[in-house]
Amino acid sequence: MSLSTTPDGWEVVIGLEIHAQLATRSKIFSGSATAYGAMPNTQASLVDLGYPGTLPVLNAEAVRMAVKFGLATGSKITERSIFARKNYFYPDLPKGYQISQYEHPIVATGSIVVLLDDGVRKTVGITRAHLEEDAGKSLHEGLEHASGIDLNRAGTPLLEIVSEPDLRSAKEAVAYLKTIHTLVRYLEICDGNMQEGSFRCDANVSVRRIGAEKFGTRCEIKNVNSFRYVEKAINYEVLRQIDVLESGGSIVQETRLYDSVKDETRSMRSKEEANDYRYFPDPDLLPVVLAPEFIADVRASLPELPHEKAARFVSQYGLGDYDAGVLTASRELADFYEAVVGKLGSDSALAKVAANWVMGEFSALLNRDGLEIAASRVSADALAGLLTRIADNTISGKIAKEVFELMWSDQLEADAVIEAKGLRQITDTSAIEAAIEAVMAANPGQLAEYRSGKDKLFGFFVGQTMKATGGKANPAQLNELLKIKLAGP
Amino acid sequence: MTLHAKSIAELSAGLRAGEYSSVELTQHFLSRIAAANAALNAFVTVTADRALADAKAADRRRAAGDAGPLTGVPIAHKDIFCTDGIRTTCSSKMLADFVAPYDATIVERLSAAGTVLLGKTNMDEFAMGSSNETSFFGPVKNPWNPAKVPGGSSGGSAAAVAARLAPAATGTDTGGSIRQPAALVGISGIKPTYGRVSRYGMIAFASSLDQAGVMAPSAEDCAYLLAPMSGFDTRDSTSVQRPVGDYVEELGQSLKGMRIGVLREFFAEGLESGTGARVQAAVDEFRRLGAEVVEVSCPNLPLSVPTYYVVAPAECSSNLSRFDGVRFGHRCVDPKDLMDLYKRSRGEGFGAEVKRRIMTGTYVLSAGYYDAYYLKAQKVRSLISADFKNAFDKVDLLIGPTAPTPAFDIGAKFDDPITMYLNDIYTIGANLAGLPAISIPCGFVGELPVGVQLIGPHFSEGRLLAAAHAYQRETDFHRRIPAAYA
Repeated sequence: MSLSTTPDGWEVVIGLEIHAQLATRSKIFSGSATAYGAMPNTQASLVDLGYPGTLPVLNAEAVRMAVKFGLATGSKITERSIFARKNYFYPDLPKGYQISQYEHPIVATGSIVVLLDDGVRKTVGITRAHLEEDAGKSLHEGLEHASGIDLNRAGTPLLEIVSEPDLRSAKEAVAYLKTIHTLVRYLEICDGNMQEGSFRCDANVSVRRIGAEKFGTRCEIKNVNSFRYVEKAINYEVLRQIDVLESGGSIVQETRLYDSVKDETRSMRSKEEANDYRYFPDPDLLPVVLAPEFIADVRASLPELPHEKAARFVSQYGLGDYDAGVLTASRELADFYEAVVGKLGSDSALAKVAANWVMGEFSALLNRDGLEIAASRVSADALAGLLTRIADNTISGKIAKEVFELMWSDQLEADAVIEAKGLRQITDTSAIEAAIEAVMAANPGQLAEYRSGKDKLFGFFVGQTMKATGGKANPAQLNELLKIKLAGP
Repeated sequence: MTLHAKSIAELSAGLRAGEYSSVELTQHFLSRIAAANAALNAFVTVTADRALADAKAADRRRAAGDAGPLTGVPIAHKDIFCTDGIRTTCSSKMLADFVAPYDATIVERLSAAGTVLLGKTNMDEFAMGSSNETSFFGPVKNPWNPAKVPGGSSGGSAAAVAARLAPAATGTDTGGSIRQPAALVGISGIKPTYGRVSRYGMIAFASSLDQAGVMAPSAEDCAYLLAPMSGFDTRDSTSVQRPVGDYVEELGQSLKGMRIGVLREFFAEGLESGTGARVQAAVDEFRRLGAEVVEVSCPNLPLSVPTYYVVAPAECSSNLSRFDGVRFGHRCVDPKDLMDLYKRSRGEGFGAEVKRRIMTGTYVLSAGYYDAYYLKAQKVRSLISADFKNAFDKVDLLIGPTAPTPAFDIGAKFDDPITMYLNDIYTIGANLAGLPAISIPCGFVGELPVGVQLIGPHFSEGRLLAAAHAYQRETDFHRRIPAAYA
């Protein structure tokens, strides 16, 4: 089931809780490394294991990262935030409580502008963002009658970003999620890796009749780990809730899990079964008091933000909103684009050509080979070199694609490929004329038809002549000369 | 004078002069422990081999010219401090076989100062108790009368020092657990300012109240140990970055002109008359020594017991959640599922008093009760702190009894938790306000010792020790040793 439109008469209300793993080198309350994928329990210190007598010590870098996020979303930074204990028993929660923030989160009330598919800019409220530690992982595979516990992840710093219930469709939710995803990577506070769980979200979903004032009862969908699944899970849940309500039932407040194989959500626990977390301020940690100078220092360290960069791309390079949005979706892509443009001079037409190439051919080959930009087989300089050869008519755009493939596979400069393969564009008028004449001589029937008024055959002659020149004829020149020749003496 | 009757300063001088080696000194105390521990039950673990190894190392250090004042001096640690490779039980079945893979900061610091570890002392289970009767390893006996409790929770350290099985011992004080047992066995015990001594490696009971300190015959002895224990520790965020005074040097301060406030609330109903008389005599002695004595009031102080019995259980209910049978500590046999593992491991591992406090704490933090209990208790705690602050605008130190009565019979209050909790009525206030306080012996009721308590403003340890030392220069209660252990 993947319906993106909501049935008539219903409104969908969604709020997201995003868990962004902060890209600190060590854990939030201990000195252990946070690297992913190590052997189980090799990155768990006595503090992470909750050993008797051990105490948490706050990682200042995690605080700095949270403040960065707060400032980037225009949020209020809490001058005195407090860590609290969330108490519950679970084998992968070593202390029997999670250190989180409850009443006084470090980041409070901000917002972010989300560019929707239809070009509308929507402001989504951010209720709060707070620091907390991650739990470990329970492993069930390959163990008989037992569960394994890996505490490598225990104590990894998380920023939980809670949105207002401002989102009105699964698509809006995904657009918001992507906007936050882009932002945290710009800020270099999270690697955004959804497969490894560095960026994950819970969705609070409810529906109500259009015009209703009160929100419907919500369900929380836990831990959905890709943009596509977020959309599918919400869409499934919306239809499920509407189905229940339309058949006279009522929604039970509960936590639901999304099963991506069956494409459905199912009940995990109801409100009644929910824990009473008995939050209270953690006496082992002092309140986090932030000096105005510290906040000012973090503010000064903020990079150009995605929406600022997109706006600049529109004004500086004459790009459309959509293209600017795509190019600025990651800081690496935007930087690559600007590196290319930087080599091309100030011609705004070329800036647009460059945008098309970066979003098109370049991104396609990266995707095909599963490479990050940093590992690209064609550098920004090399791509600029290729675009320069299009601009100076050495090759056509079509040939350029062929050249680009070879540059990618053989890691060569554009000029080297053009020379080696003899792909230099034919701009010599007499050579093109000779080719045209040969095609005309070989196709007397089509020539007669054309001359008797069948204009559509023009394309046939373009194709044949191009073929005869090995695709190298300058297309504009070819067009012009062909018109004259075909018209007859 | 026999070795065990000597002060730490005297022992230090004897070692320095080569009158005896640390090995000889250590053997002396080990043989006293071997003779007396069966009767007193003061030690959970005696670390004879470790002690002799420490002593040999100390003697080598001295021979190499690298000895400090504590090098070669034997001490005992309360069994709440983690010791690398030596079991740390908290006197609980839950941790009966627990061996920590690291040393608590204070253990590390005192080892670095050259002390010799005689063993780990008995205590109330997880430091919850005022009589040392909640220990999984059985009650500790009061050296002055084996039918009496030694107080708690640092009852093992108290009895060990009182019987001179160790020259000094560490303790912890969450609501009076150093001062009350010190009073009940006739020794000195100081609880420093909250944050003065690192809590790293000290198994938590109530984190916002717990503080490690020293128990020894005299304030001077306490000064020798407290200085190296104190100071900021990067591993404890609540330890304070502030220079540590030279407490031994500061002992020379005079009492002349010092203003001492008699806490009106501490001499009200509930104070046993003999105890009251001994404490009053101590107040008079301080006046005679040149202190200016005035009466002051902390009107909210009588609320400290109910406040404490909300805050401390709340924190303990959370702190003790880590004992779940999964990674360390007692695990039940053949759990049938996760819930069974939790319920039986904890049900079997914890004693009745610990369970009572976990349940109380869980209750006061529960949804719907938090505001009425936990939050209200925190507000009262602030009022009590403010009372103390006002008092210290007028006086330099406060004085009063440490405990309402001398040592009581083993078993007398065990089944009556409320009466038991009232034992801490005079000590809890300092914990709630994070203030340093010391109890020193000030006389006897019958054969049983009585303690007088001095409370100071934050970080006034030097002043407290100096005032106590001035009193002890004029009195000899701290030198009295129970006849059976003389």
